[in-house]
Amino acid sequence: MFLSQNANTTVVVDTLTKAAQNNSDPSWIMHHVLDGHSISFEPFGTLILPQFHVFGFDLSITKHVFFIFLIAAILIIIALSVARTYKKSIIPKGFANLFEVLIIFVRDEIVAPSIGKGYESFLPYLLTLFFFILLSNLFGLIPYSATVTGNIAVTAALASISFVVTQFAGIKSHGAIRYFKGLVPSGMPKLILIIIIPLEILGLFTKPFALCIRLFANMIAGHIVIFSLLGLIFIMHTIYVAPVSVGFALFIELLELLVAVIQAYIFTMLTALFIGMSVHSDH
Amino acid sequence: MLTVFSFLVLALEQEGGGSLIDVNPGVVFWTVVTFIFLLLILKKFAWKPILIALDQRENSIKESLEKAEKAKQEAQKILDENQANLAKAEEESKKIINQSRIYAEKLKDQIISESRSEAKKIIDEASAEIERKKDAAFDELKNQIAEIAVQAAGKILNENLNVETQKKIANRYIGEITKN
Repeated sequence: MFLSQNANTTVVVDTLTKAAQNNSDPSWIMHHVLDGHSISFEPFGTLILPQFHVFGFDLSITKHVFFIFLIAAILIIIALSVARTYKKSIIPKGFANLFEVLIIFVRDEIVAPSIGKGYESFLPYLLTLFFFILLSNLFGLIPYSATVTGNIAVTAALASISFVVTQFAGIKSHGAIRYFKGLVPSGMPKLILIIIIPLEILGLFTKPFALCIRLFANMIAGHIVIFSLLGLIFIMHTIYVAPVSVGFALFIELLELLVAVIQAYIFTMLTALFIGMSVHSDH
Repeated sequence: MLTVFSFLVLALEQEGGGSLIDVNPGVVFWTVVTFIFLLLILKKFAWKPILIALDQRENSIKESLEKAEKAKQEAQKILDENQANLAKAEEESKKIINQSRIYAEKLKDQIISESRSEAKKIIDEASAEIERKKDAAFDELKNQIAEIAVQAAGKILNENLNVETQKKIANRYIGEITKN
């Protein structure tokens, strides 16, 4: 427990006990990045979240679910307040201006070129996606909060929504039969079709799977690196490694800031591209 | 990399199922529900008004630019017209000036020639008058000379000759004088 006096990084008080118990026990890293049923505000206390099951499903409000609600609420407040400024004047000021830059960026640089004609109907979904991921990623950098996009369940859910939207976009613009026929290149010999059809079906699911894994891995990796760097101080039982650790952690943290924006961009960009491909699928 | 991986494996064992790639269906459910609500709320109350406002603004900017372009073209047209009118007016005035100059020249020539002929006429008349006066004076002079000569001859010759014969003789001589 003597280490707790040296710990100026409040992030890791629960870490200390575990690290002190057993130096080779790495579970404290996982404890930080994994989901849980409590939100830790050490040294101020811990908020235990309720658990409940519906029809055998665990629908407990976990730490990450709580933060998803929080992020959604914050996003709603921000977006609505920005929308309100347009009622007063068509020219935004201050924060609304920043928000507008992002909206225009998503519209003109991501959605319009990727989907092409008729992109307007997908704009609300892709804007929501972009801002939700961006805010989630940035939220992960705040102490005491959690990186919800570092939870594979969250990214899987987002990727599933993207998958559903993509398929519906294709079906809506071509009709169900023509759309699924269009997935397979026409004019193929029947023998090759036996190989091609499973491949195309596999390809259909690879895209959202890649989306899911990419975002999850990118967000979790930086956090594990930061935590491991800070953890070196406690593993080595010396304060002299702290400058190096903090310096590197700061560097990774800044990198994370970049990654947070880039990953939000990539997820939205790829979803828009997939939608564009299924809307204009002419193999 | 290996270390991190071994951490993950160890964590998987020690946390009892709480692994990184453990997909919790509850979280998926809540994420989807939250996202759909978020999408619906934002679509209705945020994206729609914002995007409409952006469109409006872009359209108004486009319209104003087009209007400005139109106004510029109109102004250019008016300027061109004005310049053309100005050039025309200048040409007109030049023409008028030229015409009047020609007219003035003509008038000048006419006046000069008229006055010249008038002067000539006056001079001619004057010289004719002079000639006439000269002739008259000469006649008078001849008469006077003749008279003086007769008186002188009468005085000299006394009453030898009568006046008539002497006058004839004297006239003959004087006529010879003038012819000479």
